[in-house]
Amino acid sequence: MSVDIYKINPEFRDIMPQEIIDLEENATWAGESVEKRGINDLTDKKEILEEHSLCAGCPEAAALRYILAALPLPEETIIVNSTGCTSLMFPHIALHTVHSMFGNQNAVASGIKRTLDWRFPDKTKDVVVLAGDGATIDIGLDYTLQSFFRQEKITTICFDNEVYANTGGQESGSTPKGQVFKMAPKGKVFDKVPMWELAVTSGVAYSVKLTASAPKKVAKVLRESILIAREIGPTYIHLYTPCILEIGLAANEGLWEMKEQDKDRFDDFKYVSDEAADYLKKCKKEGLL
Amino acid sequence: MANLGPAHYSPYPVAFYDDLLTPPEGKALLLTEIVDEEVAMREIARVMLTSENATIFPGPQVLYAWNEEAKKKATLIKEMSEVLNAKMIPMYDYRPKYPKIDAEVEINPNHPNLTIWHNEIKACIFVGVHCHYANVALKMIRSETDCYTAAICGLSGHEDAMATIRDQHTKEMARFIEIAKEVKKELGK
Repeated sequence: MSVDIYKINPEFRDIMPQEIIDLEENATWAGESVEKRGINDLTDKKEILEEHSLCAGCPEAAALRYILAALPLPEETIIVNSTGCTSLMFPHIALHTVHSMFGNQNAVASGIKRTLDWRFPDKTKDVVVLAGDGATIDIGLDYTLQSFFRQEKITTICFDNEVYANTGGQESGSTPKGQVFKMAPKGKVFDKVPMWELAVTSGVAYSVKLTASAPKKVAKVLRESILIAREIGPTYIHLYTPCILEIGLAANEGLWEMKEQDKDRFDDFKYVSDEAADYLKKCKKEGLL
Repeated sequence: MANLGPAHYSPYPVAFYDDLLTPPEGKALLLTEIVDEEVAMREIARVMLTSENATIFPGPQVLYAWNEEAKKKATLIKEMSEVLNAKMIPMYDYRPKYPKIDAEVEINPNHPNLTIWHNEIKACIFVGVHCHYANVALKMIRSETDCYTAAICGLSGHEDAMATIRDQHTKEMARFIEIAKEVKKELGK
């Protein structure tokens, strides 16, 4: 895609709102500015996500901002999302996004990636799946794992809030054992599905489990996973973004919940295949990381 | 609030209740009638020149300089606005905007009626808006306002506009401007 798409025709400059002129002048994406993009831009760059329609203090909104700020090539990235809280944000995002049916996001992403590789063989095109735990682990588990088996070169990110949140609080496969929700009054009977381990068994080159408590860490993991997906094979990020509404926390307590879980259910898990590890070393030498 | 529009708050496109489809190649659509392109151009110019607060809504395909045709079209649209004595309000982004848009300076395809109502626009031209968003916006305007809509489209046209001309590129736009100049002279504007 040409960066010229953001350049305003001089005939219309006088009728364009200041925010769009600012976007043209200060945007961090594209061209020579790509290398400079990062978490630090979040404070004063608003082009990728200015507003969102999630609950106040929702950790998902924060996590999505970290991810958008860290995308290495946003103008060449397509995000495939699925039904869930995150899908409420996508209409606000100034990136190519595709909303798939509930659960089949990895199948849709596979098709998009293959088509882009065929259509633009000389260009780097990143396809990132971003869906909740219901779409990734329950309803779409088949599609998620099949894309790993087929070694599709896509990055899959699961925003795990451990519940079906926007339908009132039903337990999901990702809910921890014993958890009670408004619409799961008896408590979860089975253990949480260890999706990050299933991903490794299914053949991903890179699988990480973490919370969104540390922005720079999320950004680093995202960059690594996208670079590996370009060259080696599928990558998987399991990101804890608690639903503060369903677990009864206030708007300012989401961050603390994630920090707590850094030491508990979401303590570090990182798998990098040997081939991917070698590739990351190469990327580091080349200054891509 | 708005006056009742011709579609009487119908939630359906005109294709559904008026059997209207886009005009065939080389032709144009004026309400329910298929006419010659020049006839439609004259009528659009006449309505724009004689209606209150006539406005052109340029969309992203012409607002941004993403190819040579877009650059040429921008110059032509600027000239068009001068010939038609029309204001220009941009539709620069299709994303919904919360809590609300500034209807004074922008139009959004998800609630275009707000801009029409606020500025009391009685005639408008859509140009450079991607077809799927133009369809949504034109349907809403036709249903909820008394604004006369015209669509200058590079593809097949828009039956939900009250006047639509199709396959409009730089050559055709230049011709429209010439016709508008003639109409303006005839009307003594």
